[in-house]
Amino acid sequence: MSIELRQVSKQFGDVRAVEDVSFTVQEGELVALLGPSGGGKTTVLRMIAGLETPTGGDLFIRGQRVNDVSVQQRNIGFVFQGYALFKTMTVHENIAFGLKIKKWKRADIAARVQELLKLFGLDGLGSRYPHQLSGGQRQRVAIARALAPKPSVLLLDEPFGAVDAKIRQELREWLVRLHHDLNVTTIFVTHDQEEALEVSNRIVIFSRGRLEQIGTPREVYEKPSNEFVARFIGVLNVLELKVQDGQSRLGELSFPAHGVPEGNTLRIGFRPYAVQISANLGEYRYRGTLKHIFFLGVLLRLELETPSGLTLRARIIKEEFNRLGISEGDEISFQIREYRVLSREGDALTQETSVAQLVSLAEGI
Amino acid sequence: MAFKKPSPLPGFGLSLGYTVFYLSLIVLIPLGALFLRVVTHMGWVEFWKLATTHRALMSYRLTFGASLVAALVNSVFGTLLAWVLTRYQFPGRRLLDALVDFPFALPTAVAGLTLADLFSKNGWLGRFLVPAGIHVAYASLGIIVALTFIGIPFIVRTLQPVLENLEREVEEAAATLGAGRLRTFCSVIVPTLFPALLTGFALSFARAIGEYGSVVFIAGNKPNESEITPLLIFLRLEEYDYTGAMAIAVVMLLFSFTLLIGINLLERWASRFQN
Ligand SMILES: Nc1ncnc2c1ncn2[C@@H]1O[C@H](COP(=O)(O)OP(=O)(O)O)[C@@H](O)[C@H]1O
Ligand SMILES: [Mg+2]
Repeated sequence: MSIELRQVSKQFGDVRAVEDVSFTVQEGELVALLGPSGGGKTTVLRMIAGLETPTGGDLFIRGQRVNDVSVQQRNIGFVFQGYALFKTMTVHENIAFGLKIKKWKRADIAARVQELLKLFGLDGLGSRYPHQLSGGQRQRVAIARALAPKPSVLLLDEPFGAVDAKIRQELREWLVRLHHDLNVTTIFVTHDQEEALEVSNRIVIFSRGRLEQIGTPREVYEKPSNEFVARFIGVLNVLELKVQDGQSRLGELSFPAHGVPEGNTLRIGFRPYAVQISANLGEYRYRGTLKHIFFLGVLLRLELETPSGLTLRARIIKEEFNRLGISEGDEISFQIREYRVLSREGDALTQETSVAQLVSLAEGI
Repeated sequence: MAFKKPSPLPGFGLSLGYTVFYLSLIVLIPLGALFLRVVTHMGWVEFWKLATTHRALMSYRLTFGASLVAALVNSVFGTLLAWVLTRYQFPGRRLLDALVDFPFALPTAVAGLTLADLFSKNGWLGRFLVPAGIHVAYASLGIIVALTFIGIPFIVRTLQPVLENLEREVEEAAATLGAGRLRTFCSVIVPTLFPALLTGFALSFARAIGEYGSVVFIAGNKPNESEITPLLIFLRLEEYDYTGAMAIAVVMLLFSFTLLIGINLLERWASRFQN
């Protein structure tokens, strides 16, 4: 194993930034730390690097407990959110910095820097100062500098945060390729679920200092361990239904009561793609009006309104949309193909509870 | 000559005109006039003779030497002071911060008097130093002390904003790359501070060269020994030797001008990493 956190906590005064977090990252993995802002992601990353000391728990790198190992000794590459380049040094000097400290030979340093400049598409920029570079170039210099001394682990804090949408997409693909080529254990922080799903082998989801779930992108998307994860990863329609006559109802929608006593409420969640739509009003169970259509490229997001005034979000692919031949304001019929029971009244189910306690009748969400 | 990127704000022509006019009025015209008088009132041979008397040469050496030493001392201790004021929280920090400006505000004569008294045979410090053979008051060492005193705020105040703007993350980046505290300080922080340090040094140095009030009280003012150039100019004037005073003044002018230009060039080189 490469990196292991065992019940790690960090407290800043009264603020519990990280609470009792345990997870393991294998050698060579590309892992995303995902969660809302203020969730403790940066703090976890800084503790792994040795820039913060845990107030509780143990940290292992390659099996060795490193709580008391200084930053300098940990041999970790860290890419800061604001890049933190040395502005008085050229690109070349920035990348060479760590090598000089490790007392590499002059010729080896020059060769390593050249190699990295080439790998990072920075040829010819070696003598520039950071202020003479674009945002994307600065970031690549920061990553090159971190990788130069061949660290055992690469940590990146919100690496795609500060660049615009188009470049961000390129950078994601580039990071995946880079990781593939170098195969260095990499952990990156993001608050963007799409980014985490696209780039990483595994995702560690944080909220308010606690670990919510760890799993592959597919696992966290298809089998979220709780409502927080389900809502955070992708879009989720959530309904609160009243149980009457053995059925739970909200407006015209009804679902089996799943053993919830009469008069209590049941919470149901389903993904937008689980909503099936037809232009033929007789085809599916429920009626609705197509309120809005948002084009997202190959996908479309639809907003439906039921006669009783419920708004639901649906998602279909372009071909399907073209086949249906529907437009805003049209009456349609729909059904909900898969759904999931989120919690029942009386159960002490909160956002933090684990998946085992959730009742799932439909396969996945 | 091409102007560097004029600002998109209107009024560039007007403000440039105003700046040139104002600078001419208060700087260039008086200096030009001084130069002109040298040319018209005495020949270059006469000028050379008046400007290079033994007494004048000794005063140049003292003035520029003491100013240089004072500015260097201030560069070290001013940096330390600025560092402590920006990096640490401690009781009395605000008071200390306010005290830095004291030499700015104090009339220089008061500073001179106070220092002279402090270091005299019976003064608080002098009573320990004089028996040990260290003569500060009425000696050239006193001049350095006075010039250090009046120059310290320049270094501290020019460095403080730069120190405050130093990103903590940059130091942390150096640490993750294996650099210890000392290494980080020397190869990351100092180069960042260097342009501001040069500015502070230049200001402190220039101020020291021109200082008169505080020095004459503590220096003893013995010709060839503890007599600074500004005092010599003053004495020449008192003797109604206008040409003699003028010749020495022009030397001072050229010296200071060359020095400032030199430091300015150095500053440009040191801040090559900025736009
Ligand atoms: N140095 C610090 N001092 C005090 N509180 C901090 C410090 N660093 C982080 N925190 C607090 O810890 C919590 C988690 O912060 P952080 O790890 O930066 O979250 P994230 O990176 O997920 O946005 C926040 O409430 C933040 O205010
Ligand atoms: Mg953060």
